[in-house]
Amino acid sequence: MTDTTTISSGHKTVTGTGVKRREDRRLLTGEGKFLDDLNFSEFLEAAIVRSTVAHARVRSIDVSGAIDLPGVAGVYTAGDLEELLQNLPPKVVHPDMSHRVRFPIVLDEACYVGEIIAVVVAENRRIAEDAVDLVIVDYEPLPVVASTASALDKDGPIAHLDAPDNVCVHITQKAGDPDGALLSAPHVLSETFVISRGGGHSMEGRAVAARFDEVAGELTVWDATQAPHYARQMLAVFYEMTEDQIRVIAPEDVGGGFGPKAQFYGEEVLIPFLAKKLGRPIKWIEDRWENFVSSAPERTQTHRMSVGFDDEGKLIVIKDIFEHDQGAYCLGLQVPSITMSTLPGPYKIANIHSELFSCYTNMVPTSSLRGAGRPQAVYVMERMMDRIAEHLGIAPEEVRRRNLIQADEFPYAVGLLFRDGSPLTYDSGNYPGLLEKAESRIDLSAFRDRQIRERKEGRFLGVGIGMCVEGTGLGPYEGARVRLTNFGRIMLTLAAAPQGQGYQTVYAQLAADALNLDMDVIDVRHGDTGNIPFGQGTFGSRVTANAAPAVVDACTQLKGDLVKAASMLLGVPVDQIELSGTGAFVVDDPERTMSLLEITRAFNVGRHGIAVKPGSPVGLERTAYFTPERAAYSSSINICVVEVDPETGMVELLRSVLVHDCGTVLNPLLVDGQVYGGFAHGVGNALYEEMHFDESGQPQTVSYLDYALPGALELVTPELVDQETPSPLNPLGVKGVGESGTIPTPAAIANAVEDALRPFGARFNRLPITPMRVLDALGVLD
Amino acid sequence: MKPRYFEYHQPTSIDDVLELLSEYGDEAKILAGGQSLIPMLNFRIASPAHLIDINGVAGLDQLNLTPEGVQIGATARQRTVENAPEIALSYPLVRRALVQVAHPQIRNRGTFCGSVAHADASAELPSVVLALGAQIIARSSRGERTIPAKDFFEFHLVTALSADELVVEIQLPPLAAGSNGTYVEIARRAGDFALAGVAAQAVIDEGGTVQSLRMACSGVGPVPQLLEEAAQLAIGSDLSDELLLEIDNIVRTTIDPPDDVHASANYRRVVTGTVVRRALKQLRDESGSNHD
Ligand SMILES: Cc1cc2nc3c(=O)[nH]c(=O)nc-3n(C[C@H](O)[C@H](O)[C@H](O)COP(=O)(O)OP(=O)(O)OC[C@H]3O[C@@H](n4cnc5c(N)ncnc54)[C@H](O)[C@@H]3O)c2cc1C
Repeated sequence: MTDTTTISSGHKTVTGTGVKRREDRRLLTGEGKFLDDLNFSEFLEAAIVRSTVAHARVRSIDVSGAIDLPGVAGVYTAGDLEELLQNLPPKVVHPDMSHRVRFPIVLDEACYVGEIIAVVVAENRRIAEDAVDLVIVDYEPLPVVASTASALDKDGPIAHLDAPDNVCVHITQKAGDPDGALLSAPHVLSETFVISRGGGHSMEGRAVAARFDEVAGELTVWDATQAPHYARQMLAVFYEMTEDQIRVIAPEDVGGGFGPKAQFYGEEVLIPFLAKKLGRPIKWIEDRWENFVSSAPERTQTHRMSVGFDDEGKLIVIKDIFEHDQGAYCLGLQVPSITMSTLPGPYKIANIHSELFSCYTNMVPTSSLRGAGRPQAVYVMERMMDRIAEHLGIAPEEVRRRNLIQADEFPYAVGLLFRDGSPLTYDSGNYPGLLEKAESRIDLSAFRDRQIRERKEGRFLGVGIGMCVEGTGLGPYEGARVRLTNFGRIMLTLAAAPQGQGYQTVYAQLAADALNLDMDVIDVRHGDTGNIPFGQGTFGSRVTANAAPAVVDACTQLKGDLVKAASMLLGVPVDQIELSGTGAFVVDDPERTMSLLEITRAFNVGRHGIAVKPGSPVGLERTAYFTPERAAYSSSINICVVEVDPETGMVELLRSVLVHDCGTVLNPLLVDGQVYGGFAHGVGNALYEEMHFDESGQPQTVSYLDYALPGALELVTPELVDQETPSPLNPLGVKGVGESGTIPTPAAIANAVEDALRPFGARFNRLPITPMRVLDALGVLD
Repeated sequence: MKPRYFEYHQPTSIDDVLELLSEYGDEAKILAGGQSLIPMLNFRIASPAHLIDINGVAGLDQLNLTPEGVQIGATARQRTVENAPEIALSYPLVRRALVQVAHPQIRNRGTFCGSVAHADASAELPSVVLALGAQIIARSSRGERTIPAKDFFEFHLVTALSADELVVEIQLPPLAAGSNGTYVEIARRAGDFALAGVAAQAVIDEGGTVQSLRMACSGVGPVPQLLEEAAQLAIGSDLSDELLLEIDNIVRTTIDPPDDVHASANYRRVVTGTVVRRALKQLRDESGSNHD
């Protein structure tokens, strides 16, 4: 009955190899299952009336025309949804923070263009949008805060009625004696840097669908979210239901996340509520315009940075005071707090002053977005490293080398606190190694010879370095559940939900090795609160460092159960049993095997009413959670080569060498994919992406006609070089990699552009570096 | 982003198209490649009650090269025109412009005539037809007329076409022997509309002297603009580097481009000068005369 060869042929390790993604066949052949693929015949569709004014008192909302439209099931405003008027709380707070209440739907004051004013539910989306056009909102315009500078201007407008000012929080972190050090440092340089707003731009926008089962009293919510358990918790609080009455499912395929989908939005509260109220399933699919005006973007910061250093270019002190734009409400302080702690990067700096003014404006609320505050900090720090090099006439790589934390100095305490409140202590790394590998790959001295030659021909090439340390793998925990199914397969369930990262592949690899079984008998599912009760979600490059150890732990436990089960069924001691392929075999007699199917029949399916031996491992299923002590620190370096056309300001990216260290690599294909994608995001921030708002807070870039997202033709393929410095903080030694391509890239490109145009002395302190800004810096536009 | 309700018509003959147009007038829109119209419907910038799809009309997709010039039919795809060897050979300007229009996927659907009829101020092809002195053949149930390109464009997205008229064809005139053309543009990303672009068509004789030149630029005003002053300066000259700089300067001062999120007016001014200079330099260098 059992094919013994597939069992006793021995296990070949798959973790660490570039196993191709299981997900790709369905995605590449159009078989992916996204939220909008859900199609109950009784579905209603929702469209949303959004504020067209950045700041206004809503005097009245006339929905009569909309309600009368044939096919409209209902139009709902705050007045109809009083039980939902509860605060959507920020994720990360600070005791000094000044809060602004964020309701799922505007009560009487709209604070940004895009904020939800009313929800229309209709037979289809077209009719719903027709009805949206018929809703008449009477706005009384209020003063608008459309920049952080205006937010912090003492005499400026205020973003919320009844608020004394626009400060969300003012925090200062210090190490050493920064002010004293600035006074005594032999050299001090100061600069102001501006980083612009950009978005996540997942291919699939946000999406929510819901169905209420009145008989069972259960609410099922499909949510294209990065954090289904978080969504369920929020819903349970809003609806005063228990977590068991709500099931949140992140569909098998979610078309990208990048941070914005880790937040919790008004639509997620409104849509399921209306599904319950109307007794009909409802779906809402965010369109691209809505994505621009209502999904959380990131990045806007203005930094005033000073560095003090000695004649050798050794850093003595950094002092950075920065403004961060929370937007109209605070979704959390994670981004600016990460900026604060990312600033010192891979360098030894005795004296640090990092000071944050986070403020409210009348623009769409911001949140974490691939990089999450880190690219800004790295941009500021790395730009200053280049300025130091220029000031002293030392090569930029040399200035960095002189300041790097050495490979034998870990754990390294920076002297600040990280986002999770723990001391900022780097667990492991080899920063000189990164620099050395990148330098030798790019061959800096050959490049500089070429640069001089090309300049004589009127071509302006430049090279730039960006180096960073990246806190990843944040807690509190992530979980995994593994079960022997009734049909003799292994079902691995993860709480975390992927948006293209390849969980179905990499966790099957890990499980296969932990169980000593064939990868083909292992199925992976994820993102369904009905399958595993607790989880945190996919964000902050945290899942592998949390979920991978949990998977290994659960599988190791299950392996013990399987060995015990086989030993009982085969009548040999446990030390005579080994797992392999699709079952177990007897070490001294490999012809004797026991398949997973036989084991499950005996112990999971069982025979009704028939006893098994005492101590039998029935119900073969294990669940494990892993709780990291603190963040694990990845690191990376990007060296970019660009060519700048000083007549048009066009910047062409010629080369990128990216060395990244995410500890142990579980699947190099997946890791490379993450770095490539992250790199593209970084290029966007460096050269292309910018959300414009006019003085009245109207977004000016609400389609890809106006918002320059880079495409394949704008990119180069970064040359990736690996370095593996395992983290001691988890048993696998893994760290995060989802953001490693993004973080050092804007800094590297900006440094390269400045290097290319050094003969002109052009300065680039503002991102993105658009062709117009290049000509402006060259003085051509005066 | 769903279009408002519209009625969809799929006529199979030109007469049927014209009948529908005369019946519905400005309630109707022609659907050609849909690469501009469909996004506008989705954004609800345009909400015609009737959509007249001309893709089922037989024979409208012709691309004829005759001694009298080229006739490009209403449904001839941009990609078809771009890939026609005769076009590459005789009208390098057309091909050089087309490869900068959007991306191949979009040019596979988008039509040559549709782009001209759409008349986006930043589009490449309106400048091309202007520089070539092309003629737009418009037909309605009232009859047919020929509109010279210079009279066709009235404003961004507004043309001399009446609501009941269909562009059935665009005619490119035959070119003089030795005529050469190019399109040089600056766009943020590959395939983007031009921040500044110029179509230039010139005859440069064997001695390197410019016999004729027409230049039209995109992205600098509500309609494509002929650069007549600059062309006058170039005609009769040998396009020396000094003259090119002078022309660059003239162009900067004669145009009055817009300010928007993509670029400031000043940027467009400077860069239009640059693309004109580069286009002329290219034509000069390709004419075989030696100016080193
Ligand atoms: C991502 C993207 C990028 C693009 N980039 C560029 C670019 O860089 N440069 C550029 O120039 N264009 C660009 N385009 C637009 C593209 O070239 C369009 O195809 C073109 O502008 C319109 O041609 P169409 O056949 O698709 O016309 P449609 O979209 O079908 O029609 C456009 C308009 O013209 C009218 N019309 C079309 N044909 C006729 C006719 N025969 N008679 C009368 N009226 C007619 C329609 O009624 C409609 O109002 C881009 C489009 C996309 C989607």
